[in-house]
Amino acid sequence: MMIMTIAGKELRALFLSPMAWAILAVVQGIVAYFFLIFLENFVTLQPRLTTLPDAPGISTIVVAPLFATVSVILLLIVPLLTMRLVSEERRNKTLSLLMSAPVSISEIVIGKFVGIMAFLLLLLSLLCLMPLSLLFGTTLDTGLFLSGLLALALLLASFTAVGLYMSTLTTQPTVAAVNTFGILLLLWILDLAGTTGNDATLLSYLSIMNHYQNLLHGIFSSSDVIYYLLFISVFLVLSIRRLDAERLPH
Amino acid sequence: MQNDIYVSVKQISRYYGTQCAVHNVSFDVKRGEVLGFLGPNGAGKSTTMAMITGNLAPSAGQILINGIDILDKPKDAKAHIGFLPEQPPLYRDFTVDEYLRFCAKLNRISKKAVKSAVDTVKARCGLTDVGKRLIDNLSKGYQQRVGIAQAIVHSPAVVILDEPTVGLDPIQIREIRHLIRELSGEHSVILSTHILPEIQVTCDRVQILNKGKLVLSDTVAGIEQQMKASSLVVALKHPPEASELAHIPQVSSATLLENGRFRLVYDPHTNPAEHVVQAAVENNWGLYEIFPEKRSLEQIFVDITTSEKEDAPDSEHKQNAENQAA
Repeated sequence: MMIMTIAGKELRALFLSPMAWAILAVVQGIVAYFFLIFLENFVTLQPRLTTLPDAPGISTIVVAPLFATVSVILLLIVPLLTMRLVSEERRNKTLSLLMSAPVSISEIVIGKFVGIMAFLLLLLSLLCLMPLSLLFGTTLDTGLFLSGLLALALLLASFTAVGLYMSTLTTQPTVAAVNTFGILLLLWILDLAGTTGNDATLLSYLSIMNHYQNLLHGIFSSSDVIYYLLFISVFLVLSIRRLDAERLPH
Repeated sequence: MQNDIYVSVKQISRYYGTQCAVHNVSFDVKRGEVLGFLGPNGAGKSTTMAMITGNLAPSAGQILINGIDILDKPKDAKAHIGFLPEQPPLYRDFTVDEYLRFCAKLNRISKKAVKSAVDTVKARCGLTDVGKRLIDNLSKGYQQRVGIAQAIVHSPAVVILDEPTVGLDPIQIREIRHLIRELSGEHSVILSTHILPEIQVTCDRVQILNKGKLVLSDTVAGIEQQMKASSLVVALKHPPEASELAHIPQVSSATLLENGRFRLVYDPHTNPAEHVVQAAVENNWGLYEIFPEKRSLEQIFVDITTSEKEDAPDSEHKQNAENQAA
């Protein structure tokens, strides 16, 4: 109940500034452009594909790369959404409104997380309309589509959790954004180093990218899902601890 | 009896690192009482208030709100508190209505009751006309009222206001003071200020904090008693020698001020005014002014806070602590 109140406030604050609208419009535009490129690819390849036995379908050639592109674009966008969550409240001294209200710090943190997730899921559902429009002319591999969607949602939740934690560390939104972006990018490229060295398995296991690829290609393994859930929980717990520490004598 | 005490603070201290911002402060606030916190900058007023409202945890001691320990059951205790920090915690992108609705929900007012709670509080704080306006566009005085509205929207037992009249014009200050007096009917109010007359107008009880310690705790009536001074000033057209004045019954000494005025000091338990007038008439001194000299609250405040300074040998160290705390 309290979580929903706080989530609702975050969502409302997003839509009160032009930020939310700008993000929805820009992301939709860029993704549409990519969608058209992938579709064009498919159309040119189609005559050759028909001759192949067991050829990849439109879901593999259009939907999977589209979702991969969306994830990269949102890697750049999510830090901008999460940067203000706590740092701006701290800066404007509004944090004490939440701290003196009868809500726990966990409720505050989870409420803020849910608020941003609600926005991202709205964004995602708008983006999904593009691949879904293919249903007018052909059929989609529903399994692949849904597993890709799940992967994207989990990935965005992880981005948000990191961004929220970074926002609890500072009073300056831009610093939070830069830190979030740095960490996400590092986690993203972690497995590049892993491909050559001996620690390949560990680094590629830690990489946020690796787990995403599996799901994107329709390989649903519970270990990937658990990886994301653990990742999200760790950063949410860290955020709660950080905010709680603010009250305590040190 | 226990139910009548809304706030009970027991020997709380708060350190920032090794520096002590509040040291061993204890007090109670009864139902319907307005308690004023007075102190120079960095005396620990805001820190104490932040601890009562659960924004800071005390390093030592216990705080009971309506009998509930704020550290053991923070959620239950905070439901009885409304807090206006020094800088009102306003979401500037929101309209007054949106903001107050959010605050009402945040304070666990049920969905059905939110609208009536917001309407009531708007009427009380004179915000009915500005409900649809953005908080950012309101004047400072109105923003302060929104801040107070936020603190009382859930009718808490205890309302805590940190310097509620700072930065307002005299008319707004009067309105806010009036509102605070009104609140004391059903709520207990703790307010901090460094404007001294404000305490006399709005509060029932005064506590002076200095360097993190409670140096004075008294009712306003008691303070006013202290302010009654033990000297008279008289102005005479044909002044005699000061020694002659000192011989008037009950006057212990007389000193000449400028323009034929004298200060007559007397024992606080007596009042020689009558004798002075009589003597003036008999000797034809031409008395044209006589008034009791009053110590102002300001004088008491300055006396208390400066004498503390001289007493404390390690005052420099403490000074640092306060700078930090401020």
